[in-house]
Amino acid sequence: MSQVDHMSVEDIADAVPDGALLGVPADYSGVPMAVTRALVARGAKDLRLYCLPLTTMQGDMLIGAGCVADIEAAAVTMGEYGLAPCFSRAFQGGTISMQDSTCPALHAQLQAVEKGVPFIPLRGLIGSDIDHHRPDWRKIQNPYDDQEDPIVVLPARPLDITVFHAPKADRNGNVFIGRQRELATLTHASKEVYVTVEEVVDTDFFATEATAAGALPAFYISGIARAEKGAWPLGLTDQYDPDGPAIREYVAAAKTEAGFSEYLAAQGIVARPAA
Amino acid sequence: MDATREELLISVLADKLAYDRHVAVGAASPIPGAAALLAKAEKQDAGGRMQVTIIHSRRHNPFTDGSRELFDCAARGLIDSFFLGGVQIDGRANINLVGVGDYPDLKKRFPGSFGSALMYYVVPKVILFREEHSPRTLVEKVDFISAPGASPPNVHRPGGPQHLVTNRCVMDFDNERARFELRSCHPGETVDTIREATGFHFDVGVDVEETPLPSAERLTRIREHIAPQILTFYPEFASRIWGLAA
Repeated sequence: MSQVDHMSVEDIADAVPDGALLGVPADYSGVPMAVTRALVARGAKDLRLYCLPLTTMQGDMLIGAGCVADIEAAAVTMGEYGLAPCFSRAFQGGTISMQDSTCPALHAQLQAVEKGVPFIPLRGLIGSDIDHHRPDWRKIQNPYDDQEDPIVVLPARPLDITVFHAPKADRNGNVFIGRQRELATLTHASKEVYVTVEEVVDTDFFATEATAAGALPAFYISGIARAEKGAWPLGLTDQYDPDGPAIREYVAAAKTEAGFSEYLAAQGIVARPAA
Repeated sequence: MDATREELLISVLADKLAYDRHVAVGAASPIPGAAALLAKAEKQDAGGRMQVTIIHSRRHNPFTDGSRELFDCAARGLIDSFFLGGVQIDGRANINLVGVGDYPDLKKRFPGSFGSALMYYVVPKVILFREEHSPRTLVEKVDFISAPGASPPNVHRPGGPQHLVTNRCVMDFDNERARFELRSCHPGETVDTIREATGFHFDVGVDVEETPLPSAERLTRIREHIAPQILTFYPEFASRIWGLAA
């Protein structure tokens, strides 16, 4: 008997409330594009994205569709496909706010949540304009050093919800993530976690260390939905590569608001009534 | 054989890495990636070892604890060399990866600072690499400091910038004076053409040379041994420079 709820991609989109602080995985680790399209179709509003540590098409599409109020990230980019078109437009137009950060700070603030401590120190940062624009970050004296040693401390950032895509779940609702350990960090730091998977397999990942070492236990997971090619057009490690032509098509279309709307319509992403 | 500009840059960067134990290469960096693999192959020939970590490659990414492991390793001093670039780099080696204009009211937004606000402080040898060398990229003062080139003495900073390599020249950075010094000009460039193309003031070394071209042996190795490896994780670059197809 599975320990978690089995649901649909649309159910997961409905479980992400407007205004939620949403954990967003990097392009190399299980981006939930099927759920992203469902969030756009649901007309999600005022999401706050916490990227670990950056976002590509997921963030750009949510921003383009008006689902995002605020984004915290070390970068928003389409990588080798160029700048993120909707993000650039929204940032320069002032329609979203952004808290610029840096990769290790985004990791560290979730690690503080994992440990249940209120803050965590991080080297670097002093003298960076990132720090100057982050009133929530504080500089303290290292309490263990008699010499002057300033260090920046960052508050724990508990996430409301994380959604990601993974290759498979087992019959007990454990999820295999391999060495994409950012997904574990996001999971440990979130109140709710929803996962889409390519397939559910009739096995137990905890039966051997080889699979247990790459698994997340079901007790963290609120719900699982099956979504074949759920990361498309982005890639999924060991399963499929990014679909270059499809990503290029998106980047070209999204350069204008009209082109972005046409892209959504052509993809069949249309507004549906709330469940 | 004539080396292309990209092959010259690969060769220049590889020289800077020759004695390293661990070189890490971040996102979207095919030339630094190729340079690191070249330096490793040459060090292995001489009986040495080098770990080359290329974040965007599966085979060359050894981490099993997520991408935070790169930053944790760097903060502990386990990475000798790393590459950073910038939309703008200024004469004090401040780097800007965020955008042009008065933040947050930017005229042009770029992706963001990535890991620079830690890596620049803790990696002993950061090589600034920016192909475009113009008054637009090498400016007097950056519009946004993603990470500063130098820090006051009371700030924990075991690392920082040591070199700046562009498509025109090689400069070294003096941390105490927070100033660049021109070391070599690539073929076709002179001190005057570099000055004209640079938005900040810099010192000129007493023995400015022409940047050496890769030897025939090195060029053969780049094309026969390194290029096919680059193809596996930077296919667009390998196709453009060497005409390779996946």
